[in-house]
Amino acid sequence: MLELNATTLAFFVFAILSVGGALGVVTSRNLIHGAVYLIISLFGGAGFFILLSAPFLAAVQVLVYIGAIAILIIFAVMLTRSMTNMAEVVNRQWWLSALVGALLLLMLAVGVIFPVWGDGGLLPNQPVSDQVATTDELGAAFVGGEDYVLPFEVASLLLTGAMIGAIVLARDTEA
Amino acid sequence: MTVPLWMYLLVAAAVFCIGVYGVLSRRNAVAILMSVELMLSAVNVNLIAFWRYGAPSDIAGQVFASFVFVIAAAEAAVGLAIIIAVYRSRRSVVVEDVNLLRG
Repeated sequence: MLELNATTLAFFVFAILSVGGALGVVTSRNLIHGAVYLIISLFGGAGFFILLSAPFLAAVQVLVYIGAIAILIIFAVMLTRSMTNMAEVVNRQWWLSALVGALLLLMLAVGVIFPVWGDGGLLPNQPVSDQVATTDELGAAFVGGEDYVLPFEVASLLLTGAMIGAIVLARDTEA
Repeated sequence: MTVPLWMYLLVAAAVFCIGVYGVLSRRNAVAILMSVELMLSAVNVNLIAFWRYGAPSDIAGQVFASFVFVIAAAEAAVGLAIIIAVYRSRRSVVVEDVNLLRG
């Protein structure tokens, strides 16, 4: 049985933030509220990263997802004035979509997660070791010259391409 | 570390499936993009959980998750630019109104 300590308590708090925020995103009528719920959900994810001893990725989650993507979404909501003329939030097949989502979750839980990683499952569900790679090693892997330099540079190129593409797409053609 | 792996997987699967529901059911394109971000974030939690429980001394798991961040940022930038371009020509961000290619 799971003992109640600071780690498990924090896990449940972050789980509630994560799932509750996600539910808020898909149900809220006002898109600004949806964006705030998205931020809450992403904060839950950042908390998971801290619990999983990946503090750098938690910082990146807050900076990139919350600081950049969520703010970008709020800008898009304001630029498109999409809150005003939305009589119906969901389309006509929303019950079918809910069924698909629920069945997918059921399939993942019953078919994959519990048989393989559940208590007495096929694979161990506790960490194999407490020897955790550090942020120093992550930096060395990216730019140290041996491991992931090429993927790192390709990712930079992709970001540059995406930025230029976004500018070209969103630019006013008459101007 | 007392939380077993399946709890992380279950929470991430729940967030992912909520994102799937949002993508399939919402009419507003910005809301669909927010749901996609939810799904990407859930996948990242899964990746890091597998890294921590399966191969924590190998840095590859964190590297992989970092690339997912990059893809998410690029996807959000291009997606929102497309939405703004569509809004400029159709005066709407409801996905049913974007039917130029309907035969």
